[in-house]
Amino acid sequence: MNKVAVIDYGMGNLHSVAKAVEYVGKNVTVSVTSDANTILQADHVIFPGVGAIRDCMGEILRLGIDEIVAEVVRNKPLLAVCVGMQALMDNSEENNGVKCLGMVSGRVRYFGNAQGSETGALTDEQGKRLKVPHMGWNMVKQTDKHPLWAGIEDNSRFYFVHSYYVELGAQEKASGVTEYGVPFTAALNKGNIFAVQFHPEKSQHSGLQLLRNFLAWDGSI
Amino acid sequence: MALAKRIIPCLDCDKGRVVKGVKFLDIRDAGDPVEISKRYSDAGADEITFLDITASSEGRETTVHTVEAIASQVFIPLTVGGGIRTLEDIRTMLNAGADKVSINTAAVFNPEFVREAAERFGSQCIVVAMDAKKVSAAGEPNRWEIFTHGGRKATGIDAVEWAKRMVNYGAGEILLTSMDRDGTKSGFDLALNKAVSESVSVPIIASGGVGNLQDLVDGVLLGQADAVLAASIFHFGEFSIPQAKRYMADKGITMRL
Repeated sequence: MNKVAVIDYGMGNLHSVAKAVEYVGKNVTVSVTSDANTILQADHVIFPGVGAIRDCMGEILRLGIDEIVAEVVRNKPLLAVCVGMQALMDNSEENNGVKCLGMVSGRVRYFGNAQGSETGALTDEQGKRLKVPHMGWNMVKQTDKHPLWAGIEDNSRFYFVHSYYVELGAQEKASGVTEYGVPFTAALNKGNIFAVQFHPEKSQHSGLQLLRNFLAWDGSI
Repeated sequence: MALAKRIIPCLDCDKGRVVKGVKFLDIRDAGDPVEISKRYSDAGADEITFLDITASSEGRETTVHTVEAIASQVFIPLTVGGGIRTLEDIRTMLNAGADKVSINTAAVFNPEFVREAAERFGSQCIVVAMDAKKVSAAGEPNRWEIFTHGGRKATGIDAVEWAKRMVNYGAGEILLTSMDRDGTKSGFDLALNKAVSESVSVPIIASGGVGNLQDLVDGVLLGQADAVLAASIFHFGEFSIPQAKRYMADKGITMRL
């Protein structure tokens, strides 16, 4: 039996990710929980997140999720999704600056203040204004051969919805890159951590395949 | 590499059944929203919008179960609208598996509700639906107003100003329906769509009036829509979603194929 824990810290819809895991998993039990024991006894842990980073970090610290996540990644695979990925970084520009978990070095930046843009507005290569949030299906260029990409074609489209993106520290490894006015880290890996900015649970075939790969992954590369 | 424009089929449901006579040629039970959502998702729909038109509270229980059933089997984004009036309504729908909720009338009667909803649940799941109708006379500069009650009651609110305000309050997306065009199959109100799209930073879903595939193209290229919503052209099997996506891609629009 593959025990999967989806970490619940009171932020948003965890039903979707739990349902998607149940849908692709064989012999899987999924718990949506903030209980340390349940999470630490799981075989695979998912760290989701939606909403504003200040509220997310507030709940993460209040419930001691920071310590649980640090413990999890010592010996089991962790999949961080969307704001869950952002929470792993050093800090975020959102809400006038929020200190994050610092488990992966880098920072979280707003799309609207893209570097190199004179007006501060985000634009595409033709200079056309881009909407923020970045919402919808965009391509992910795979930058490594990580096991979580198994069976997923390079440049497949995944569903994104976010206004902030991860800018990785120089020593960290991106697994996937997407362009939206700026190139940004759509997926990263670090030891037992795989983190994605997009929503695999909402990305139909490619997303479900990534979840299937995660359930089969033992954390090594 | 670019973000794809989205095609969103819309299901109007009453007491857990799709109404407006959805007809797929090859399914006997045409009114089952779960079955229909699966069909659309398999066909390449980029999202599903589920519009609940149920009046009774018992009926709304059914809606929650329907949303749960769709969310267990369909792994693309799901927006639920219709009768979303309280933070509790939003929580119920998100817990049932909706990814976004669409707020319409409640926003008009209590704009602060949108602000509270975005603060509590995040802008990414708050869609503000606005029903607009042209009120300027011929020869005057274009002006549209927000209407409620299916386009019967004027509110005096300017549509472009309203969109800006809703985005300021935290709406993450605008679902813009032209009440002049809804049900006419004469195409989107492109001027309305362009005016709203240019005035706000968030994505716009164009709705109301699609009669053929060129209307979808025009909505994106001329109306500057980020997504197009359609019901009847897909429900009645006139056009399929792959056909629509191919047609749009052939006209130079980035689509998820």
